[in-house]
Amino acid sequence: MTKHRLFWPAVVLAALLLANLAFTPDFLAVRIKDGHLYGSLVDILHFGAPLILVALGMTLVIATGGIDLSVGSTVAIAGALACLHISEAADPASPGAVFGAVAIALGVALVLGVANGMLVARAGVQPIIATLILMVAGRGVAQLVTDGQIITVTSDPYKLIGGGYWLAVPFAVLLAGAVVLLTSLLTRRTALGLLLESVGGNPVASRLVGIRATGLIGLVYAFSALCAAVAGLMISSNVSSADGNNAGLWIELDAILAVVVGGTSLTGGRFSLGGTVIGALIIQTLSTTVYTIGIPPETTLVFKAFVVIAVCLIQSPAFRAKAARRRSPVKHPPRPQPLKPEEAEA
Amino acid sequence: MTSNVLAGTVRRGREYLPLLVTSVLLVSMFGVGSAQYDGFLSGQVLLNLLIDNAFLLVVAVGMTFVVLAGGIDLSVGAMVALSTMISAWLVEQHGWPPVLVIPLVLAVGTGAGFAMGWVIHSFEIQPFIVTLAGMFLARGLCYTISIDSISITDPTYTAFAQTRIPLPGDLFVSPSVLIAVGVLAVAFVVLHHTRLGRNVYALGGSEQSALLMGLPVGRTKIAVYAISGFCSALGGVLLTFYMLSGYGSHAVGLELDAIAAVVIGGTLLTGGSGYLLGTVLGVLVLGLIQTLISFQGTLSSWWTRIVIGGLLLVFILLQRLIAGRRKA
Repeated sequence: MTKHRLFWPAVVLAALLLANLAFTPDFLAVRIKDGHLYGSLVDILHFGAPLILVALGMTLVIATGGIDLSVGSTVAIAGALACLHISEAADPASPGAVFGAVAIALGVALVLGVANGMLVARAGVQPIIATLILMVAGRGVAQLVTDGQIITVTSDPYKLIGGGYWLAVPFAVLLAGAVVLLTSLLTRRTALGLLLESVGGNPVASRLVGIRATGLIGLVYAFSALCAAVAGLMISSNVSSADGNNAGLWIELDAILAVVVGGTSLTGGRFSLGGTVIGALIIQTLSTTVYTIGIPPETTLVFKAFVVIAVCLIQSPAFRAKAARRRSPVKHPPRPQPLKPEEAEA
Repeated sequence: MTSNVLAGTVRRGREYLPLLVTSVLLVSMFGVGSAQYDGFLSGQVLLNLLIDNAFLLVVAVGMTFVVLAGGIDLSVGAMVALSTMISAWLVEQHGWPPVLVIPLVLAVGTGAGFAMGWVIHSFEIQPFIVTLAGMFLARGLCYTISIDSISITDPTYTAFAQTRIPLPGDLFVSPSVLIAVGVLAVAFVVLHHTRLGRNVYALGGSEQSALLMGLPVGRTKIAVYAISGFCSALGGVLLTFYMLSGYGSHAVGLELDAIAAVVIGGTLLTGGSGYLLGTVLGVLVLGLIQTLISFQGTLSSWWTRIVIGGLLLVFILLQRLIAGRRKA
């Protein structure tokens, strides 16, 4: 069981949740108040939903051997565009205005994602650099859209996306869950996941067997941008305002961290969506824990730094080799046992 | 034979092309500025460019070493902030003399860079992720020291901030500019006239070949991150002179400005090709964008970011064009 990919991430998550019990005895309690679910666990899922979405898109990008630094800016742009549209609508509470806002945000995100994908796949720019451009310029664009101000909106249908409840559960959680489910069906029940891993694992070999990497890479960057846009809608809807400066700030780093913690290798070639979800929940729980224990929230960054370093060291074959050598210089990995005759015949 | 020489000259020329484009850009931006705004075309405006961006210049010089060696350092902005924070904290709240604090800050920066380089080299982890962790750590430490800005009233620091070194023709520069120019001169000699510099180029050109040639790949790799760490700490010291405060949110996004300056300066992000002079031009272009926008007055500061992003895009595509042709 310890061999399962999700074992260690799940253990870390469980340990973090249990550690919270020591400080907050009713941490794991979930109760129903006013017909809604309440409790710290629900909060973690609720506030973690945008991160789960962004990390989900990031996972597929990383699976192809890329990285998307522009998601934070996309979050800000999507929130800004949606709030701008709603605030200028004749009736902000009408479903039409909200649908229009969502459509504009998703449409622009799609264009941005395709632009990223073109730079990476067509122009052959390194992914870090290609998405760095939008990361730098995107925040400027978001500030331009909001005119440097914070746009506040009062619209009940818009509030539903990030702050509302449906069937007693936060709508954002349902939305994120649905996207995760759909993505895992698409990647694991069809050949799509395999193709992505192939492009990330060995681009040359996959080109030689006839996989069209350009389209696939364009697809993952577009998907990543769409996920970021939905996250941006959730964040801005939850606080009923768009802040071009601070919305989605550092979320790209949290998302990368969630992906890595979840066991997806940064070099590409394999991915685990379940791992990413657990990774995102670990990061969210870490932030919540730091907050509830009463440590200044600013020092969360120090904790995250140590988590990044630890996870990367554990993943590094060079580190594992060195650590193993130091622990027992003569110990070798168990040799594969020869098959018993009856098994070989079967 | 003649055709070989000719081909070599053409290849050389192509290598210089981004540098040329940047120079033309710089001159034309100056042209536009002086045509549109009174008082733009003065020596002091040019010198203010250096005064306001001395710290960025120093940081970008360090980044040039890392990028030339084929790496990237995302921790520089956070290291600058940490330097301002440690300086302000020790000088103001613990009464340490600046003579002690400044070398200590430089040592911390160099040590941090060395440690990151060591991790990158010995555990074969991508520089991107290691320096990202370094960035988290440095910013986190800033806020652990204090979440508020600490202003500095120490006489040495204020003296440094207010000193004006007169130049002929009623012009002046700050001591920071002299330090930055000194760093630039040393870096130029190291990069273009020493064995370390040649190793940096070789490592960025092809790590595999550098290994096979028996070059000290590990030592060089660790050295460039240590140099970048030192430069960002020194940049932090200069920023402390400039801002007269320590704050965890100083220099947010500076790593991107430094990378942009290096790229606009014509250094290939894949490593192995580029010039320190290009980085200087890159810093001047970034500074000039800001100056133009502030002279314009009606444009908001976020236009700076959009223009920098657009320039990055143009120069990266230009580089791809050149690199692609060279391969073919």
